[in-house]
Amino acid sequence: MQRRGEALGKWLVSGPPILYLLLFFAIPALIMVLASFRTPGEFGGLAPLFDEDGKPDLNVDSYVRFFTEPIYAQIFVKSLIYALLTTLICLVIAYPLATLIARSPKKHRDLLLLLVILPFWSNFLIRVYAWMIVLGPQAALARTVNGVLAWFGVEPVSLLFSWFAVLVCLVYVHLPFMVLPLYANLEKHDQALLDAAQDLGANTWQRFWRITFPLSLPGVYAGAALVFIPALGIFAIPDILGGPDDSLIGNVIKQQFLETRDWPFGSVLSIVLTLAALALAGLAAWVGSRSTRREASGA
Amino acid sequence: MALLEIQDVTRRFGDFTAVDGVSLAIEAGEFFTLLGPSGCGKTTLLRMIAGFDLPDGGRILLNGEDLSGRPPEARPVRTVFQSYALFPHMTVEGNVAFPLKMAKTAAADIPGKVAEALEDVRLTTFGRRFPHELSGGQKQRVAIARALVTHPSVLLLDEPLAALDAKLREEMQIELINLQKEVGITFVYVTHDQTEALALSHRIAVMNQGRVEQLDAPSRIYSFPRTRFVADFIGTCNLLVGPVAANAGGTVAVDVRGLGQVKVATASTMAVGDEGAIALRPEKISLHTGSPDAAADNHFRGTVSDFLYHGDVTVYIVTTDSGATIEALSANSAAGRTKFHEVGDVVELSWPSAAGHFISG
Repeated sequence: MQRRGEALGKWLVSGPPILYLLLFFAIPALIMVLASFRTPGEFGGLAPLFDEDGKPDLNVDSYVRFFTEPIYAQIFVKSLIYALLTTLICLVIAYPLATLIARSPKKHRDLLLLLVILPFWSNFLIRVYAWMIVLGPQAALARTVNGVLAWFGVEPVSLLFSWFAVLVCLVYVHLPFMVLPLYANLEKHDQALLDAAQDLGANTWQRFWRITFPLSLPGVYAGAALVFIPALGIFAIPDILGGPDDSLIGNVIKQQFLETRDWPFGSVLSIVLTLAALALAGLAAWVGSRSTRREASGA
Repeated sequence: MALLEIQDVTRRFGDFTAVDGVSLAIEAGEFFTLLGPSGCGKTTLLRMIAGFDLPDGGRILLNGEDLSGRPPEARPVRTVFQSYALFPHMTVEGNVAFPLKMAKTAAADIPGKVAEALEDVRLTTFGRRFPHELSGGQKQRVAIARALVTHPSVLLLDEPLAALDAKLREEMQIELINLQKEVGITFVYVTHDQTEALALSHRIAVMNQGRVEQLDAPSRIYSFPRTRFVADFIGTCNLLVGPVAANAGGTVAVDVRGLGQVKVATASTMAVGDEGAIALRPEKISLHTGSPDAAADNHFRGTVSDFLYHGDVTVYIVTTDSGATIEALSANSAAGRTKFHEVGDVVELSWPSAAGHFISG
């Protein structure tokens, strides 16, 4: 009886989340995979799965299109570059910030963390629109920049509707996702290890690169994944702050589903995006474990 | 000239004086122990030698050179931390190689030196393991190998055996003694465990409230404590306190409160009426039943009120007829006997005047 009660308890606890993921993640993903092999409908959406003869109407036309029209691969690469840059800049900004919070007195830490997540309390789109004002031509920032440029005899530039605006906002929006896992990791570091390293002859720089940084890698990976993956698929920021050339893969996918209404091709792009993100994460993990092993043995 | 000289070093934290004008001279090749209760300043002193803390007053010299301008990474001393502080992301080899790399040792020489250091601590086959795959004793040895691999002139050990269980601790003590003999490096050892200090050290500085109470060889610390604190802190001790009643011919008689007059052999020149104390170790007292031992310099009658059976010895708590409590120890060495006395037994306590140690003040 005891055993059965335990098994039932396990199912009661893990059942609902499994069911939820199955219904709203696994099945839709399969539907999307299926959709990627179907034919677009005459007026958008999907053509019937079975044609008049009752044969399934499945083909790889959409995949062929992706690989033969170079514009999509180009946008893809551009999106990857934006996401990578965002991740890198977030890391460079978040690391010192997380270190500062982790080393500040315990009573101040909660307040500092609150400040990091404070932006989440206002709506995402409002925060993106706020950048339109900050970067707008009448704002102090643009005036100052153009004032300096004019002084050197350079034509005025527009900060808004540019790759610059997109990148700045991507970093701004994703920064907390990098700070939080890094802080969670750095906060656990044992000061005795740094004392030991110093005692054994390591200067500040060596202590960071040989002790603190390698030990923070799980936090770095977690933060990088939390920033990179959403940054790769984002469409709202380029829509609002980008220029005509700043469309990213997220915009194209959105277009396929909502404007062009070519669902099979949109599905293909989504699938390629997911696979690319997985492949990059796998590559990062592989490179990471290799370099960790080399460091570990003292080579 | 001593290898490591601590000259009048003081360290204050706010109103609290952690180290109060301590001066020590530690010789090359010595196994030197700082012994004291927690908060006595021994760890603060060690951290100042390592460079993690700086004295508010006084100087620390190594080979005659003032260390004050040198950060920890530039001092030729190494620390073995209480928590071992092994780098969890490096193997045993990686840990031991770390100080060599910091010292810019030629890459080709590193594996040889690492192997040598691991051999010193008998961990030759453990090089590829990670710290979390080691037992407490093994971690301890890696920490020692890592600290010794660059042949520092002084090794600082901060309660290194505190986290080990009793059996392993004894093993490690023997290993530490042998290792120190083998490598010939000066060890400065911090502990609050007096048996450990007595077993390991060439010399011990007993510290209390930031000051050195006594600096001596282990046997002298035990037999001839200079202050009541030292007598009380090292081992168990009956402290018999009272005014001096007579002082003649190398023998002082003390009117011990609650007990009566006790004679003790001493060269002290203390005047009659001054307050003194006698430190009397439990094992120096002879305990027997029957008629009093009239030939002994000191003899008292009492009743066993309690005992602690340790197997090899039994500690008896005896209440004398005058109401004082005396601890006496007797070995359970007689064949066929477990112990000699039971609670309620009337016993005779006696000891010669040379058994006690007189402490003035």
